[in-house]
Amino acid sequence: MYQPIIGLEIHLQPKTKSKMFCGCDAAYFGSKPNTHTCPVCLGLPGALPVPNREAIEKCIKLALALNCTISEESKFDRKNYFYPDLPKGYQISQYDEPIGRGGFVEADVDRDAKRFRITRVHAEEDTGKSLHQGDKTLLDFNKSGVPLLEIVTEPDFTSSEEVEAFAKRLRQIVRYCGISDADMEKGQMRFELNISLSQHANELPDYKIEVKNIGSISVLKRVIEFEIKRQSGLLEKGEKLTQETRGLKDMTGETLSQRTKETSADYRYFPEPDIPKMVFDSGLIEKIKAEIPELPQEKKWRYVDEYKLDPDTVEVLVANRSLLAFFDEMAKGNNELIVEATKWLVGDLRRLTKAHGVKLEDSKVKPEHLIELVSLLNEGKIKSAIAKEVLTKVFETGKSPIDIVEEYSMTVIENSDELEEVVKKVIDANPKIVDDYKKNPNAAQFLLGQVMKETKGQADPLVVKELLGEILE
Amino acid sequence: MNLKGLTITQIKKDIDSGKYSYEELISETRKTIEELDPKLHVFVSRTDEKAQQSGDRQLAGIPASLKDNFNWKGTKTTASSNILKNYTSPYNATVTERLLAAGAFFMGKTNMDAFAHGSSTEKSDFFTTLNPYNKKHVAGGSSGGAAAAVATGMSVYSIGSETAGSVRGPAAWCGVYGFAPTYGRFSRYGLIAMGSSLDRPGILANSIEDIAILTEILSGHDPKDATSIDEPAMKLVEAINSFKLEDLGGLKLGVPKNFMDERIDSEVRNKVQEAIDLLKKNGADVKEIALFDQKYALAVYTVISRSEISSNLARIDGIRYGHRSSEQAETFLDQIAYNRQEGFGNEAKQRSMTGAYTLSAGYYDAYYKRAQQVRTLIIEDFKQVFQEVDLIIGPTMPMNATKIGDAAKSPIFGELMDELAEPSALAGLPCLSVPVGFDSKGLPTGMQIFGKQKDELGVLKLGRIWEILSE
Repeated sequence: MYQPIIGLEIHLQPKTKSKMFCGCDAAYFGSKPNTHTCPVCLGLPGALPVPNREAIEKCIKLALALNCTISEESKFDRKNYFYPDLPKGYQISQYDEPIGRGGFVEADVDRDAKRFRITRVHAEEDTGKSLHQGDKTLLDFNKSGVPLLEIVTEPDFTSSEEVEAFAKRLRQIVRYCGISDADMEKGQMRFELNISLSQHANELPDYKIEVKNIGSISVLKRVIEFEIKRQSGLLEKGEKLTQETRGLKDMTGETLSQRTKETSADYRYFPEPDIPKMVFDSGLIEKIKAEIPELPQEKKWRYVDEYKLDPDTVEVLVANRSLLAFFDEMAKGNNELIVEATKWLVGDLRRLTKAHGVKLEDSKVKPEHLIELVSLLNEGKIKSAIAKEVLTKVFETGKSPIDIVEEYSMTVIENSDELEEVVKKVIDANPKIVDDYKKNPNAAQFLLGQVMKETKGQADPLVVKELLGEILE
Repeated sequence: MNLKGLTITQIKKDIDSGKYSYEELISETRKTIEELDPKLHVFVSRTDEKAQQSGDRQLAGIPASLKDNFNWKGTKTTASSNILKNYTSPYNATVTERLLAAGAFFMGKTNMDAFAHGSSTEKSDFFTTLNPYNKKHVAGGSSGGAAAAVATGMSVYSIGSETAGSVRGPAAWCGVYGFAPTYGRFSRYGLIAMGSSLDRPGILANSIEDIAILTEILSGHDPKDATSIDEPAMKLVEAINSFKLEDLGGLKLGVPKNFMDERIDSEVRNKVQEAIDLLKKNGADVKEIALFDQKYALAVYTVISRSEISSNLARIDGIRYGHRSSEQAETFLDQIAYNRQEGFGNEAKQRSMTGAYTLSAGYYDAYYKRAQQVRTLIIEDFKQVFQEVDLIIGPTMPMNATKIGDAAKSPIFGELMDELAEPSALAGLPCLSVPVGFDSKGLPTGMQIFGKQKDELGVLKLGRIWEILSE
């Protein structure tokens, strides 16, 4: 058996007004090429970078949220290499004094909390974009200079499930903190994967496969599965694997070799002379720390504890901002109904909103409606089959469940005179079944079904059964 | 009309008294340029057609010029290089912007060593600017065009830039005042970078008052330059005009012993010694001081500036602007390599390559990192010395203007010529070169004055007193 050893590098685009080192609007996605540019992000001669305070503060916030230590002093460095979409011939990044170091993220794998270590968190700028059209290459510099936060993990992952749990948790953290929208479709969260297989426990492999530019968690998961299969296949054949960079073939997770590194590139890092060293005083760090809300992992286990909810259900809640807000609203002073109401929230209500393409926060169903619905059920005023119908009507009309039940007379028929009449009517209409009943008491099931149909499910089946027995005897 | 030695202040007086008009001044300057420029090769491009007479603003109608490494929207900004020969800038440097806002009238953009790599303009990709006092000699560099323009009346003032001695040096060799303020005092935004941690815009002019006037316009925090000093614009002119010869009394001046030893040309030493004696006679408290030897500054400067150059020039790849090779390149990297190979001159290539070497893995610690450590020691050394003296004085250059062709004699000619400027450049100190007379061949000699960081006023004060003394 081979043990996968996996590490990640994650690039996040923080939510900022302007780019990392100039005043251009950072919200470039979908804009006409080269409309979000200026002398600075085009790398014109003489232009100078001025660091974006908002991006640096978001980087500090991210590092704190990932339990890193914040360096009192930090600086930017130049990473030198030539590429047409790198307009200055260097990328301004951070080399040996990143903003944050030595943190961790906890995520649950198979219901167990696991801790994944974070090596470092730093701020840098994005490059432009090359668009290949036939034998031409076009360059779009809208993305050039857009802020990026880079997170590097330790090689702490051993399966695609662990990576998935971590990546989802990380995405939740940055959204909770308002650091980034982490919208994968807009390239706001991208992964780089380092993966190799160890043949013996506690022994690091002598090679590393790097897969670049993975834009979604599901693809990331598939790539890991593909690579584990591919690499173990080769190792089983006795092949020796070497350092290699691979790219995605498509979205199936299959990878293709891009280059085998003989020697590592020399980026000639040196401190960026255009930007003075940054000094973070403890006041600033405390202020940012105070802005960090309760994070999903702690929230999850607190909810499990406080509301006696099932962990998997809470996982669904913490993963979804609108579900969570809805839940929190419902939870206000309704502890005894909350478990049932939550089932309705993550079950039927979520299905309804999805099916109709309505956002939960725009839906006509309000948190108090679900509480009311559950309490109608609890009091035996409606049956669960009816409750589903009630919810649909609330969803359509925005009327409260009590009003709906009243309007459509959906309460349980408690008056046994009324019920007796229905039962008699059904018996009279089915003489053949009544005959059968004398030989086989199971035939009563059919009569029961007929009564329930007649009463549109509002009758209590136990009461009907009793009545049927009495009358038939 | 004699344009030589004209100052902004003098022109205002002359205009007020009706001696001549701004139009006459400009047209006379044009005539001078047309007569002298073909002989001295001062301008890379002429801009007086584009320049606008802008009412009664402070600098309106005063013929000026701009070194060709300052961006000026809509004009060619070449840094005297072939690779940017056809580059028209789409934006203004902060220096350009502030001068234009004050009404500046630019006659043209001046020649320099390409990308400011040199001390003689012989490394210009276009031509060499000749010394107005002797055409067999160079004007100095890299702001050689600027110095020659001011020395000949082709400009009343000229904006240059210095990384080590690129303002002070040519000012000394052309017999004008050359001033570079504290690093960060004038914004670098829009100045084509040479060595980012050293570069500073500077002023070449015929009087200390003009330098003060221009410093008031150019200083003041610039949010576009992260290394800009966060202070408002300086107020200097009133103080400068109030200084008298008597203010020399008690001023503590240090003369570095190693700036006056046998490595320095004896004619230069003699002229500077005469000036020092004159200051002493008039009440200055002059003493000999020991500074770190300039050979260390030279080594540190060479490593740091070339490292920064190698990275700063990387953006000029011919992809978005600049020379594009017609070679059929197969890859991106080949295309960039052809563009740069054809576009850059030898000096830029040589400096880029040494700089890439000193930054590369395995050599970084031995060169760049070590150089930065020694730089810190040099800065500390100055701090110590400035506890004993108010200002430091000495020769600006180790010799007077060199002959054409001399630059080819050493691969570090520029650095060697600037060796007396490098220590103060590494510490970012405000500095000034003042003319102190002529040698036996009739070439000017300059004396430099530098003070502690942010003490522009102290430096200009001694400059003003020297001006009074030499009148």
